Amino acid sequence: MAEPLHALTALGHAAPKSLAIGPVAISERFDVALASLAIRNGRDGDVAAAAGKAGLPLPDPARFQAGTPFSAFWVAPGMWFVEAAFETHEDIEAALKPIFAGAASITEQTDAWVRFDLGAPDLQPLFERLSNVDFARSPDGFATRTVIEHIGCYLIRHGKGAVTLYGPRSSAASLLHALEVTARSLL
Amino acid sequence: MIIHHPILGPRDSQEFVYLGDASLMNRPDGLTAGIEAFHDYLYNRDNPAGEHRELWYHEQGDRSWLVVTRNTVTHEIVRVELARDVAKAAGRTK
Amino acid sequence: MTQQNRISGGQIDRSRTLRFTFDGVAYAGHPGDTLASALLANGVRLMGRSFKYHRPRGPLSAGSEEPNALVELRAGARQEPNTRATVAELFDGLEARSQNRWPSLAFDALAINDRLNTFFTAGFYYKTFMWPASFWEKVYEPIIRRAAGLGSLSRQEDPDSYDKGFLHCDLIVIGAGPAGLMAALAAGRAGARVILADEDFRPGGRLNAETLTVGGKPGAEWAAEAAAELSAMPNVRIMLRTTVIGAFDHGIYGAVERVSDHLPVPPEGKPRQTLWRIYARRALLAGGATERPIAFENNDRPGIMLAGAMRTYANRYAVRVGESCAIFTNNDDGLRTATDLQAKGVDVVAVIDARSEGALLPGIRHLKGADVIDADGRLGLRSITIRHAGGRTETVPVTALGVSGGWNPNVNIASHHRARPVWNEGIQAFVPGEGGPPGLSAAGAAAGVMSTHGALTSGQQAAMAALGDLGIRASAGTVPDAEDAPVSITPKWYVNSGKGRAWIDPQNDVTVKDIKLAHKENFTSVEHMKRYTTLGMATDQGKTGNVLGLAIMAGLTGQTIPETGTTVYRPPYTPVAMGALAGRSRGKEFKPFRLTPSHKWAEEQGAVFVEVGMWLRTQWLPKPGETHWRQSVDREVLATRKSVGICDVTTLGKIDIQGTDAGAFLDRVYCNTFSTLAVGRCRYGLMLREDGMVFDDGTTARMGENEYVMTTTTANAVTVFRHLEYCRQVLWPEMDVQLISTTEAWAQFSVAGPNARRLLQKVVDQDISDAAFPYMAAGSITIGGLRARLFRISFSGELAYEIAVPTRYGDALIRRLVEEGREFDAVVYGTEALGVMRVEKGHVAGNELNGQSTALNMGLGKMVSKKKDSIGMVLSQREGMNDPDGYRLVGVKPVDPTATLTAGSHFLEIGAAPVIANDGGWLTSKVHSPHLGCDIALGYLKAGDQKIGRRMRAVNLLAGTETEVEIVSPHFFDPEGERLRG
Repeated sequence: MAEPLHALTALGHAAPKSLAIGPVAISERFDVALASLAIRNGRDGDVAAAAGKAGLPLPDPARFQAGTPFSAFWVAPGMWFVEAAFETHEDIEAALKPIFAGAASITEQTDAWVRFDLGAPDLQPLFERLSNVDFARSPDGFATRTVIEHIGCYLIRHGKGAVTLYGPRSSAASLLHALEVTARSLL
Repeated sequence: MIIHHPILGPRDSQEFVYLGDASLMNRPDGLTAGIEAFHDYLYNRDNPAGEHRELWYHEQGDRSWLVVTRNTVTHEIVRVELARDVAKAAGRTK
Repeated sequence: MTQQNRISGGQIDRSRTLRFTFDGVAYAGHPGDTLASALLANGVRLMGRSFKYHRPRGPLSAGSEEPNALVELRAGARQEPNTRATVAELFDGLEARSQNRWPSLAFDALAINDRLNTFFTAGFYYKTFMWPASFWEKVYEPIIRRAAGLGSLSRQEDPDSYDKGFLHCDLIVIGAGPAGLMAALAAGRAGARVILADEDFRPGGRLNAETLTVGGKPGAEWAAEAAAELSAMPNVRIMLRTTVIGAFDHGIYGAVERVSDHLPVPPEGKPRQTLWRIYARRALLAGGATERPIAFENNDRPGIMLAGAMRTYANRYAVRVGESCAIFTNNDDGLRTATDLQAKGVDVVAVIDARSEGALLPGIRHLKGADVIDADGRLGLRSITIRHAGGRTETVPVTALGVSGGWNPNVNIASHHRARPVWNEGIQAFVPGEGGPPGLSAAGAAAGVMSTHGALTSGQQAAMAALGDLGIRASAGTVPDAEDAPVSITPKWYVNSGKGRAWIDPQNDVTVKDIKLAHKENFTSVEHMKRYTTLGMATDQGKTGNVLGLAIMAGLTGQTIPETGTTVYRPPYTPVAMGALAGRSRGKEFKPFRLTPSHKWAEEQGAVFVEVGMWLRTQWLPKPGETHWRQSVDREVLATRKSVGICDVTTLGKIDIQGTDAGAFLDRVYCNTFSTLAVGRCRYGLMLREDGMVFDDGTTARMGENEYVMTTTTANAVTVFRHLEYCRQVLWPEMDVQLISTTEAWAQFSVAGPNARRLLQKVVDQDISDAAFPYMAAGSITIGGLRARLFRISFSGELAYEIAVPTRYGDALIRRLVEEGREFDAVVYGTEALGVMRVEKGHVAGNELNGQSTALNMGLGKMVSKKKDSIGMVLSQREGMNDPDGYRLVGVKPVDPTATLTAGSHFLEIGAAPVIANDGGWLTSKVHSPHLGCDIALGYLKAGDQKIGRRMRAVNLLAGTETEVEIVSPHFFDPEGERLRG
């Protein structure tokens, strides 16, 4: 068998990048596996039961819910993105498929996205310049798709000072640039 | 414009893609309907000054196709529904 | 120079002195000054030239309505034309220049236009530059272009950045005068989320310009205290230097914040301006009112300004416009200027009051029933001529004249949804009408409530009504004491005296005469009058002059003003810099980039990249010694065909389609059949639009019983996904189908060429012999245990595969393929070589998938199954799209192998004239085939399938080329497909 292939982060490095601009900390996350989970027609009950048994949350629309080993956020009617630790669940699709046994369509999404975790005492000034989301009035656990400098992203608000952003992996550098420039304009 | 998404609440119309008249939902069956019927379906439109039902797609959102009833004179949006629900209610089975 | 016209008081910081220059002359001012107030303090009244007549002009106003005092600010790349000196905040080192004059402001050669004014009347352009037609391009246009425009551009890139942002609020209050402050206080105290925006750098509005008291203290002090209270509220955001430029549908307001315009250079990292998109549940227009003049002969002399502006300069900026002044008014507000100036020790020579009735001002020469009929002093006012009530005229020397014809509520934003303002007889002005932006109301002077107490009260009431709509309870606080004088005005629009010109719109040089001419020529509707005379079409949009024009027209037609009506306003309220609209989307930041998984490796190799949508793809990879792109591309093609080539094809759209109806769904979206495809196999699919034209194509693989992976073209990845969601949700909601894009989740490489299998076998863990993995096989494999996918498909005509790994391993995989490929002399090829090989093989791509071509045109007509319903199947059968002599895809070769082909050339029979009637079709894609050693092309040719072997001409009249060609099969290379099955 051939040698294993090495992995690169979306920004093109062996290790994820972290930086701080004033009060804003931006951390690339490379350790989260991601899969989409979509209910097959008429299988809502089966999916709910299977998810319940596996301890996999299926939060309401526009919500994120943490869990172990799986967390999830809503992306579309009957569809969620499921997160798990990359180290234990690299092949997250293979891990989820047996749980749902054909009641849900499951697709690996890990490398379709770049993930940045943002931290600051208050991220409102940053996000009012990046996105049309009403960040100040959004509850903790709010999850939505939004556009940041022409880039379609998922934004999860864990708190007023903690946000997870998922952006398209190919645009990782452009997205980070937008975050950096905006954070710098607040100094 | 603001579109009140039935699931997500008010969202900026910049997040949506506009398709056109919601009559596009009523696609004839290709195995039974002829060219005439398809021609009418694809090209013939009413152009009302007033309430107009139209299809919008929440591309930068939850990817729902919506039926938006908009007054073409005032731009007031009087109703927004999930197109899937409208299509199912209309008994579309093909 | 000394600030000889600086007087006592004012809201300027005298402890600091700011140095600045105007037309190279050095002056001094103070923080709190505008450029206009500082120039006036230094005795400079002449600040600009008018657009058409190049008349010398000074400021008419002290605000954003300014038509005259337009200057160029700053130097070098930051030079900005048409900046209003009346709102430009003074800073130390400011450089300003006058514009629209040559050689100097005091002596302007084009002022000759003023002497020729009988020639330059309304409709001048329409009448003058009509004949002869041949003169237009060579004579008229160059002259007009040279004369047109006010300031000049730096012609350098703007060194500053601009930003955009989004805000949300319960109530946006537009204007921080007494009404706006009171409204914001009421809403803020009730806990509502409030934005209070004002274009000024100091909150207070007219309170800063008046000596009136509010709650027993000076109005400016009350305003400062109110602003301080609001600033302390976490739910209130005060945005100064912020102009609300428009009301858009459903409570969206646009606002431009001038973040750094008051500084010499924006601080590091800060934008110069920010364009805010404000989502407001309710809005309150408290934008105040704008004063209007009374037109009389030569009323545009520098030193003549609006009476309220003169008061602003005195009270706020501690500046007298001249050492001796007079006031011309038809209303009580004008009298305030006289008393305020006199209290400041300015010599008020006379008050010319057009009204006959009313009390006289004590201690001032107050002339009742009198008019100003003329003014003298070309570069600065020297005297005015008064016509007394009895008709006697008198010339009085003055250096400043304040004129008040009444105040127009700033209804602009209230009419942004086409609402017509309505005439209010009591104040002789238009107020907001019905049908304005839903959720927006007006208060204070903007609503026609002109007293200070009225403004405070109406601001509070309007805020409470708005909050009531939102279910937010607010308690009515006490309204502070303030003056509550009624409006006393007798309409007067212009003074009918001699034959001279009386200006209505000073920037565009529209005079009373022009209105009369428009009337005589029957351009009497307000919309016609506006366009015929250009009234209100300058940068100030007629904020001071429009009402005069239509009132005069009303008088001429014998109609009332309400019958005459008014034009409505459109956004923006004041001019907006293009940079603010563009935001950060400039240059390299115009749009985001998308990088492929092999980008880092390709960059290391010195690859040349090409933009494909937002993607940056490798176009070719030059080797040392290659100096022309053709050398690199030819080498890549030949090496691939000889041995093996590798290409990053990640950019192709990939859509994961699952569900128990996935196969049936694909049968409906593709014109050919997929439900019968075996698991572990893939098939080429052709997707039509409902009108029967080809939409997209690609390969779709069946990965499991209910799982397919579709590929789309790079260009249509997004639109195909949107279309599939439409089919799934709108057309066939009963089908069990789930979709998700996986374009970016997998790094995918094409490995093509006779040695493709040998190379891949070294990399993958499974047996991929022809028996184990035949042509069009697809499936999951592993690379060193890592999950991967393999598809045996070919775009090049070679034995070829596409191999995919999770994207993070893409960089490693291309390095592995290159390394393991050394023994085969493997190359990595870019999009150019890809294009060459697909043309050699006769595959259609973007140039052929042009939205106007059918499957039949492409030679793929048989793919459209009529046994099942699919999108486009029915309408593709239309007669006109099935013409046996219609376009067919053909191959094209030059008869002389050394001749070049030009893409876009049209096919003509030998000897046929190059006219549209003889047009046989066109050449869509052209490449140089190193394999065949000549240029080759694809094209659409009428009845092309019947013309194989024929000689024709490929003519390109734009490029000036003509080549004799042979029409051949589009399959230049291995037409039997033996290589790809090898």
